[in-house]
Amino acid sequence: MRYWIALCSIVLVVLSCSKSDETPASAYVPIPYQLDIPTLFQEKLIDPIIPINNPLTVEGVALGKRLFFDRILSIDNTKACASCHLPQQAFSDPNQLSVGVSGGLGSRNSMPLFNLAWNFDDKYFWDGHALGLEQQALEPVIDPNELGHSDWSSVEQKLNNHPEYPTLFNQAFGVSTITKELVTKAIAQFERTLISGNSKFDKFLNGEVTLTPQEQNGFDVFMDETRGDCFHCHGNPNNPLWTDNQFHNNGLDASFTDLGLGEVTGNPNDNGKFRSPSLRNLAYTAPYMHDGRFATLDEVIEQYSTGLKASSTIDPLMKKVDQGGVNLSDQDKADLKAFLLTLSDPSFINNPAFLPQ
Amino acid sequence: MKRTILLLILASLSFACHEDPDDNTTPLASIAFNFTHHWDDTLINSTNLQTEIVTNENGEVISMSRIRYLVSRFQLINTSGDVYTFDGYKFTDVSDETTYNFTPEINNIPTGTYTLRFIWGFNEADNMDGAYQDLNTENWSWPANLGGGYHFLQFDGMYNVDTTASSPFNYHNGTARVSDGVFEQNFAVINLDTPILISSDASIEVKMNIAEFFKNPNTWDLNVLDTPLMPNYDAQKMMQENVMSVFTIGEISF
Ligand code: HEC
Ligand code: HEC
Repeated sequence: MRYWIALCSIVLVVLSCSKSDETPASAYVPIPYQLDIPTLFQEKLIDPIIPINNPLTVEGVALGKRLFFDRILSIDNTKACASCHLPQQAFSDPNQLSVGVSGGLGSRNSMPLFNLAWNFDDKYFWDGHALGLEQQALEPVIDPNELGHSDWSSVEQKLNNHPEYPTLFNQAFGVSTITKELVTKAIAQFERTLISGNSKFDKFLNGEVTLTPQEQNGFDVFMDETRGDCFHCHGNPNNPLWTDNQFHNNGLDASFTDLGLGEVTGNPNDNGKFRSPSLRNLAYTAPYMHDGRFATLDEVIEQYSTGLKASSTIDPLMKKVDQGGVNLSDQDKADLKAFLLTLSDPSFINNPAFLPQ
Repeated sequence: MKRTILLLILASLSFACHEDPDDNTTPLASIAFNFTHHWDDTLINSTNLQTEIVTNENGEVISMSRIRYLVSRFQLINTSGDVYTFDGYKFTDVSDETTYNFTPEINNIPTGTYTLRFIWGFNEADNMDGAYQDLNTENWSWPANLGGGYHFLQFDGMYNVDTTASSPFNYHNGTARVSDGVFEQNFAVINLDTPILISSDASIEVKMNIAEFFKNPNTWDLNVLDTPLMPNYDAQKMMQENVMSVFTIGEISF
């Protein structure tokens, strides 16, 4: 009996909560946005992270997309997020270093943007210094080498004086004053819709296509601890993100000009560590590594095969460093490359939902 | 969302009704497990995992980068031989203290004296390839051509760090491959004899002595067995033997 009383009161509380939550009938209620999650992700991975205080809505995503492509976010209306995150490059930049508004260069290669809602530690950038996509998006706008504003207030002002944005923000968030928090919320919503899960290898895993013998052998090299041993950091068929999103020193340098994670944590054991990038869409994301030092996949594979450099923080998963690496045969190198390219997803870069109208 | 919460509350309440038999006078206790990690007498946790320099049984000086492992099927067995089995499995990353604790979801047991048993890794029934989303997300799979399923242990580090020729080791344990397409189960049943007196809600400390992986019964020579070990049948079986002495019961706190 006591339980029933308790229950009834819980029910009442819950009901009354939902009552008080309701928005006045006059306000526009944005439509919840349903993420189109690939079946493979649904089966294999835990749910993507969507912050409770920034649920996806149709209006929010559309607004975020518009902002992402809009040069209004730059000081001189010359650059947008998309200037360094090009849809055709899986939202990365073909330039080794990206050019900002003033012509200045950053120090790292732009990162591709996809499957970000599955970055479960929610740490962004090569060194993971931004917590959450909303936080991340605050930076480029006021980075002198990117969109170049000295502070956010002038951007907020531009947007508030714009003929359309105030209405769009009102529809997405129910408020008429545009703030940086809302701008970054909208952009983050759009970014979370950038899902890539339809590569040849995905289709292979779904039983829709077969691999060539070369691609199959390349996959075996990738999964073989005696040869590539790439899977300990870059995923496997059960982790179709093709990254662990963790920080490693993969043996690029003997000493570091860019400390990477070590710069963020202040811990010398983290020096030279960067977040493992996903191996999806490599066909579009050259050049490679945090500093874009390699123009081709052949160079990357050669690096892992014979170019490893020992240092105090090199990951022990990098084997035979004294011999430069595991010295893959020419056949294995070519096959590994063929396999890596099966992880590229043409439907992602051509998805009209991700292209400017 | 609110529906779900309500349902959960409903479910737990009704569960509580069933679990509280009025005629049973033995008080119930709920159990948590707290894993701690040691290199012999030195406590290892996220702060010193990567900085502690230790010497293994065979005399190699080593540094550790990463220790992650899987244990499952926790059972407490009372003095009359009744077995209380806890659902779930425990994935621990020594660099992350939030993974040290394991509180099984449904775990009311009568107070009394118990011993603890659990599985190192997954047993054959549980070790289903790709079946656990959280483990997939941890990048924890064991390659299909080595039998699939999951890693039981990933222990990476460097040895001979006292010389100019330090080398990596990857002490990874999982299903053993006998030959192409032929695999052998490689989990271990860990039986800890130390009696555990449960008088009320308790947290049971389980200690892992990392040094034991290199010690007993097989003195591990990293100069011979460093990497790759995953496809090495003999190495896999030696790991299965050595893990038997890795765990002991620590403190019971109430
Ligand atoms: C001038 C070029 C440039 C512009 C403009 C730019 N970015 Fe970037 N973006 C980069 C570079 C370079 C990195 C990697 C920087 C680093 O790690 O230090 C990056 C990283 C990111 C990341 C991290 C991805 C990950 O996986 O961690 C996100 C998200 C991102 N940018 C979104 C944006 C958004 C949103 C905008 C617009 C508000 C924007 N960028 C504008 C160059 C640019
Ligand atoms: C110890 C973890 C680890 C292992 C093992 C590993 N990688 Fe990486 N990989 C990384 C990290 C970390 C980076 C980024 C490093 C940087 O930029 O400083 C990276 C970068 C890459 C890139 C560049 C991607 C881009 O978008 O810039 C490719 C391609 C790549 N790895 C392929 C491989 C292949 C192929 C193997 C196996 C031969 C492999 N990796 C093994 C951690 C690893």
